[in-house]
Amino acid sequence: MVRKSDLFWSFFKVGTFTIGGGYAMIPLMQSELVERHGWLGEEEFLDDVALAQSMPGVFAVNMAAMTGYRLRRLGGAAAAIAGNVLMPIVFILLLATVFRAFGDNVYVQRVFMGLRPCVVALIAAPVFNMARSAKVAWSNAWIPAASAAAVWLLGVNPVLVVLAAAAGGWLWWRVAKGGRP
Amino acid sequence: MIFAQLFWSFLVIGAFCFGGGYSMVAMIQAEVVGRRGWMTASEFTDLLAVSQMTPGPVGINTATYAGYSAVLGAGYPQWAAVCGSLLASLAVVAVPVALVLGVGGWLLTNKKRGGVAAVMRALRLAVVGLVAAAALGLMGSESFGVPGANRRFVSSVAIFAVVFLLSVWRKAGPLLLIAASGVAGLVVFSLP
Repeated sequence: MVRKSDLFWSFFKVGTFTIGGGYAMIPLMQSELVERHGWLGEEEFLDDVALAQSMPGVFAVNMAAMTGYRLRRLGGAAAAIAGNVLMPIVFILLLATVFRAFGDNVYVQRVFMGLRPCVVALIAAPVFNMARSAKVAWSNAWIPAASAAAVWLLGVNPVLVVLAAAAGGWLWWRVAKGGRP
Repeated sequence: MIFAQLFWSFLVIGAFCFGGGYSMVAMIQAEVVGRRGWMTASEFTDLLAVSQMTPGPVGINTATYAGYSAVLGAGYPQWAAVCGSLLASLAVVAVPVALVLGVGGWLLTNKKRGGVAAVMRALRLAVVGLVAAAALGLMGSESFGVPGANRRFVSSVAIFAVVFLLSVWRKAGPLLLIAASGVAGLVVFSLP
């Protein structure tokens, strides 16, 4: 049984140490939830990413809600969300009250110039592992390729890609498999 | 009164903002800067810059800051402003979290059904593409500087390559890589 306090701490780490929000949290979430603790399989992780992405609102919080709920129902969802947003809220409040000039600090800017390429690499690296657990093969590689191209080159909203994939999966099941399990 | 307005504004923003992150920004700006006047346009721009540099989702960061400055601007003391910031953050996630729990709960109990399994299989494939697109979309001058034989670009590409290789082949943890890259940035860009 996954302890709620462990869920809280895992999402606390994710919320505290990722800059840029959203997708930048995926590598750290994967390393915490899948690799370090083994709470989720790779497939379940991808399912949660898809669900969090297809709902309105804040991606990271949706992800915390779904993973927390999967592991420990409502209490788990609450613990994961609280852990995820605690430090961001504290940090913004400190900023609003004390350190208004934080972003103008030249040392802070230098640190962030080092962090940006690191974040890009961290998002790119797990794509290969994810491809394996999503069972990408020559026959279906066009699906991730088309999704990436639609979002990256054509600027399509990712929500539409998720909805199209869901509709396509359902149609394939009705037509090719005749609606059998 | 200001508390009810804050809660309602951010409840609506959270409920209708698909795609998260920066697709939320335009809607927050229209409501918080334009319609309600809780923040000035320049405060909002500063907040966006800071959101990219502080941990946390931009939606939460903006709600927190706007809640704080709205309550303070209405003449309440600082502790009430802190309550306002918490209220706004709670409001912005309320509807989406309820939806996630509803849909997610249904999926968990029905995942064995043929239709649901087929849909999830297609979604997993699409998500791989979405994450790849996120990485590709960040590969611009914002992250790497202007291409050429300058210090910013060369060191950024080097950091990218080292982090990518270490995490693919050596399974190095992201926390260590993030800390090391921050130190590397501080050192490299502070050299004369």
